[in-house]
Amino acid sequence: MLILYQPMTSTRHIMGMPITLEIVDNNIGAEVADEVFAYFKSINNKFSTYKPESEISQINLGKVSAADYSPEMRTIFALAEETKQLTNGYFDIKIKDGIYDPSGLVKGWAIHNAAKILVDKGLKNYYLVAGGDIQASGLNNNGKPWSVGIKNPFKKHELIKIIYITNQGVATSGTYEQGQHIYNPHNRTSLITDIVSLTVIGPNIFEADRFATAAFAMGPYGINFIEKLNGFEGYMIDENGLATKTSGFEKYTKF
Amino acid sequence: MSKGQIQKIGKAINFMKKFFFSSIVFVTFAGYVLYVRHSTASLVDAITPPGLLNVQSAPTLTNVSSGSSPPPKQTPAPVASTTQPKPKSVSDPTPKPVPAPKPIPAPTPQGQYKNGVYTGNLADAYYGNIQVRVTISGGAIIHVAFLQYPSDRNTSVRINMQAMPHLQQEAIAAQNSKVNIVSGATDSSQAFRQSLAYALAQAKN
Repeated sequence: MLILYQPMTSTRHIMGMPITLEIVDNNIGAEVADEVFAYFKSINNKFSTYKPESEISQINLGKVSAADYSPEMRTIFALAEETKQLTNGYFDIKIKDGIYDPSGLVKGWAIHNAAKILVDKGLKNYYLVAGGDIQASGLNNNGKPWSVGIKNPFKKHELIKIIYITNQGVATSGTYEQGQHIYNPHNRTSLITDIVSLTVIGPNIFEADRFATAAFAMGPYGINFIEKLNGFEGYMIDENGLATKTSGFEKYTKF
Repeated sequence: MSKGQIQKIGKAINFMKKFFFSSIVFVTFAGYVLYVRHSTASLVDAITPPGLLNVQSAPTLTNVSSGSSPPPKQTPAPVASTTQPKPKSVSDPTPKPVPAPKPIPAPTPQGQYKNGVYTGNLADAYYGNIQVRVTISGGAIIHVAFLQYPSDRNTSVRINMQAMPHLQQEAIAAQNSKVNIVSGATDSSQAFRQSLAYALAQAKN
């Protein structure tokens, strides 16, 4: 028999973004949420490029040699190198010699690790969302897959797609800031339509986030990259409001 | 509770009301400004205050795979055009360039801000810094300039042309269902509000 509890939901502002945790499957105490949020804070203290005392800032100042990196920092650098290889160089934490910014990797990685805290406590039905990037597990309070709305990049508070997930990560890369337009190198007068939002569903938020970030940088071709990745689906929106979806995306719109 | 206390609370509530309603106008307006930026290139006044250039450069996560990759952009992304706040336009996927600057109506009949130019604090959007500068004239905001804006997910990368598989396309359409979770890129909005609130706080004094 399925016993439904009142879910525990908690939101904090850390790293300049809202982080929300909802746990369904237990009458769990607030200390679990405290532990999760404390973890995000510790990651921010180590990896924030805006804190001069953070390890990454000290590295960028040349004050820490590679031999003295913390285990977490070594992990991130290794994962960054792996991601760079997997994305044909579209993902790179190296800004220039000796200067690194791993922010694009750390967020998804931190959510993934925070979710492990919940797994270790035997929790099975929860979600964790940080700045619009989601790790979901199990089922929601009604015993159904978690419903996730993809935001309309052109209109606040409007959703343009609903997907249903159980044990997946969902990340959306997007920007209101339009970079330079990308021109077709074979035909300079034709403007390639720019993309404004790319949502990626993957086996976990770490994977979804890093590939969403890299694929977004590929412009309109990013969706092809996601199409070729096994176990990933994507939904890309261009500046004209036209969406392109990977071939298996639609299975997530039903449950 | 003394009468004095009640008056103080009343004043505070009035202040908060004003701030709340004006915030809605400003945020909507700023969203629009952000959005039309690329299409208003000719109207953009690029602002690169010398002091800010030494502030941490906006992180660039993407690698330009061409042989001669340019150094990371140090120049804060310029955004500045004066528009009227038209929430409807925010949803317009193809915004048109905005006509010549016009003062926008003040959020409240009597101008609540003092004329001048006010700079917000540098707010951490995690993926980059945000800093705005507002210009107040006639008691109303007539201009919001972005001195700093994150460009980490910069789309201006060179890409290799690849064969495009025939993927299904559809026009996006609003969905009205209730959902458990929302996914979207939200990193910069909080920092924007923070910087703007700081600038406006100065305009009140």
